[in-house]
Amino acid sequence: MTERSGVEVRLENLVRRYGTVTALDGLSLTLAPGELVALLGPSGCGKTTALRLLAGLEEANDGRVVIGGKDVTGLPANRRNIGMVFQAYSLFPHMVAWENVAFGLQMRHVGVDERKKRALDMLELVGLGRFANRYASQMSGGQQQRVALARALAIQPQVLLLDEPLSALDAKVRSRLRDEIRRVQLEVGITTLFVTHDQEEALAIADRVGVMQAGKLEQLGPPTLVYSRPATPFVADFVGLTNRMEGTVRRGAVEIRGASIPLVHPDVPDGPAIALVRPEAVALASDGDMQEGPLVGTVIAVAFLGAVSRVTVDLGDTTVLVQVPTSAASQHPAGTRVRLELRPDPVLIQREEAVPAAS
Amino acid sequence: MTVAGSPAVTTNVGRPFLGGRRFSLDWVGAVPYLAYVGLFLILPSVIIGIGALLDANNAFTLDNFRNLSRSYVVKATIDTTVLSAITAFLGAVFGALLAYAIVTGSPNGILRRLTISASGVLAQFGGVTLAFAFIASIGPAGFVYLFAQAHGFDFYKQDLWLFEIPGLDLVYLYFQIPLMVLVFLPALDGIKPQWREAAESLGGNTWHYWRHVAGPLLFPAFLGSVLLLFANAFSAYATANALINQGQPVLAQQIAGALSSEVGAYEPGFAKAIAIEMIIIVTLVTVLYTLLQRRTARWL
Ligand SMILES: Nc1ncnc2c1ncn2[C@@H]1O[C@H](COP(=O)(O)OP(=O)(O)O)[C@@H](O)[C@H]1O
Ligand SMILES: [Mg+2]
Repeated sequence: MTERSGVEVRLENLVRRYGTVTALDGLSLTLAPGELVALLGPSGCGKTTALRLLAGLEEANDGRVVIGGKDVTGLPANRRNIGMVFQAYSLFPHMVAWENVAFGLQMRHVGVDERKKRALDMLELVGLGRFANRYASQMSGGQQQRVALARALAIQPQVLLLDEPLSALDAKVRSRLRDEIRRVQLEVGITTLFVTHDQEEALAIADRVGVMQAGKLEQLGPPTLVYSRPATPFVADFVGLTNRMEGTVRRGAVEIRGASIPLVHPDVPDGPAIALVRPEAVALASDGDMQEGPLVGTVIAVAFLGAVSRVTVDLGDTTVLVQVPTSAASQHPAGTRVRLELRPDPVLIQREEAVPAAS
Repeated sequence: MTVAGSPAVTTNVGRPFLGGRRFSLDWVGAVPYLAYVGLFLILPSVIIGIGALLDANNAFTLDNFRNLSRSYVVKATIDTTVLSAITAFLGAVFGALLAYAIVTGSPNGILRRLTISASGVLAQFGGVTLAFAFIASIGPAGFVYLFAQAHGFDFYKQDLWLFEIPGLDLVYLYFQIPLMVLVFLPALDGIKPQWREAAESLGGNTWHYWRHVAGPLLFPAFLGSVLLLFANAFSAYATANALINQGQPVLAQQIAGALSSEVGAYEPGFAKAIAIEMIIIVTLVTVLYTLLQRRTARWL
C-alpha cells in the first residue's frame, strides 16, 4: 500500500510549448504535505497544462515533477498514483456509480467483493451512498462530480488534482460542492491542486492561492494576503474588483484627489501613476461637505449583494466603486450627492508606460 | 431502425405531470410517426403479403410459399444471407478502423473532410457504375488483371470468381466500408477524451481502456451498424444484377426473375412470397440486434 496522504509535491521550472505557443513558461510551485493550493488565472494561462504535466498526461519540454521526494517526470500517468477530477462528463457512462468508483481498484487487481465494499465506502464519504447503482445519465451534474471525486480518491492517490470541477454547475450547487470538496480533502488529508478561473472559489477553498498569468506564477500566498496585498497589478485586477484612480507619487505615498495613501512598494520615483484601490478601501463620508470637493460625486447605482452593497459613484471625470455595509448604502440612493473617503491601506500603483504591455 | 446510436450520455426527461387528468394525450405526438410507418412500411408489406397468398385467379393459395423450398431459392437465400453477413462484418471492421483513423486526426483536418465526402459518394456508389468499374479494372479483360497476369499472377486461373458470389463479396465492400464510416463516425465522436485520461490516471493502460471503456461503449453502435450493412447488402439488387447475369444468385434477383416472363413462368405471387421471405429475414436480424443491444447497452 502506498503512503496515503501528506506528501510534498514540487513542480520545478516546468516548460511546455505547443508549436509557437508557450503554455507553461517556467512554472515552479511547491505544495506542502496535505495542503490545498488553488491555481487561479484567466482562461488560457496554462492552468490545465500545469495539472496535466503533474498528472503525467502531458510531457514537459523542460523542468521536473517531484512527488514525495521522488522524481516522476518520466513516469506515465497510469503509474503516478494521482487522482484526477475533470471539468465534466468524465464518468464512464456504461458503469453505475459504484463501478466507476471501483474502476481504479479493478486496475489494481482488487477482488470484486472488496472493491465494491471500498467503492461504497467512498460513495458514503461524498454523501452518495444511496446512488451506488445509478448511471451517470441518472444523476445531476453535482452528483456526477461527487462520484468523480470518490473515484479519484478510491485509489488512495498521493495527490489529488481537480481541473475546474465546478465550472459546469450552477451557482448554488457550486458553492455547496466546493465546501464539500474541501471537507473531504481535509478529512483524507491529501495534497491537492485545485484549478479554477473563479477567484471567489479559489479564495474560499484554498490554503494558498497561486495566481497565474501567461504560463507563470504571479503570486503565491494565503487567500487573505493575495486579496489584501496583491503583489502585482495583474493580481490586484484579477482577484477582486479594483478602482483605477489617477494620482501622483510623492515620497513613498500616492496622492489621489487630495488624499495621501501609502504604497505597497514605496521605493518608486515620484511622478504620475495609476493607483489600484479596492472598493472596500473606499467609504462614504457621513458628515462634512457633500456639495464641493475632489472626492464629492453623485451616486449612480447601488447593487445590493446581501450584507454589503456596491455603490457606483460618478466623480465627474471618473467613476468609483465603493463597497459598504448595506445599512450605510441605503442612506444614499441613486442621485444623492456623497463624499468619498479613502482608507489609508497600502495600494499598488501602475505607471502609464507599463499599461500598454498588457496583452 | 436504430443504428449507430451515439453512446453519449442521454438524459431521461420525465413525463410532464398532468394534474388529475385521467386521459393522457401523450400519444398525439406519435401520430405522424405511426402514420408514416403505417403508410410506407406496414401497408406495402401487407399488400405484398396478401398478394403472396393469391394465385393467378386471385384465389387463396399457399403454393407461393411452398415454392420457396425450390432448391434454387433455398440456395439464393443461403448465398444472399452469407454474402450479406460477410460483407457486413468485413465492411464494419474495416470501416470502423478507417473511421477511427479519422477521429484520431485533427477534427477539421483535410483527411477527415475528404474521407467523409468520399464516403458519402462511395456509399451510394453501386449498380452498373460500380460493376463496370470492377470489370474494367480487374475483369478478365481489365487492365489490372492483364498487368498482374503478365507478371505471373493470374488470379482467374481456377475460375472467373468475379462473376460469382466471391466477386460480389469484393464489390459490395466498396459501398459497405464507406457506409460504415458514415454511420460509425458519430459513435466514435461521442467517445470523450476524458474517459481515456480518467482510465489512465486510475491506473489503466491502453488495453484496459479498450477492454473496459471504449469497447463496451462502442459495441452497441457497432452492432447496429453491422445490422444496417447487412440489410444494405441483403437488399442490393442493381450491383448484383449488373455484375452477374447468369443464375440470379441473389434473392432480389429472384424476385425480378419471377416477375419477368422471359426466363420462365410469370409468377407475381411467387415474387411477393420471396419479398416476404426477405422482410422476415431482415426482421429477424433486427429483433436479434434489439435483444443484444438491450443486454449490452443498459445505460442508454
Ligand atoms: N493540445 C494543445 N495544443 C495546442 N495548444 C494548446 C494545447 N493545450 C493547450 N494549448 C494552449 O496552451 C495555452 C494554455 O492552455 P491551458 O493550460 O488549457 O489553459 P487554461 O487551463 O489556463 O485555460 C493556451 O494558449 C492553449 O491554447
Ligand atoms: Mg483549463
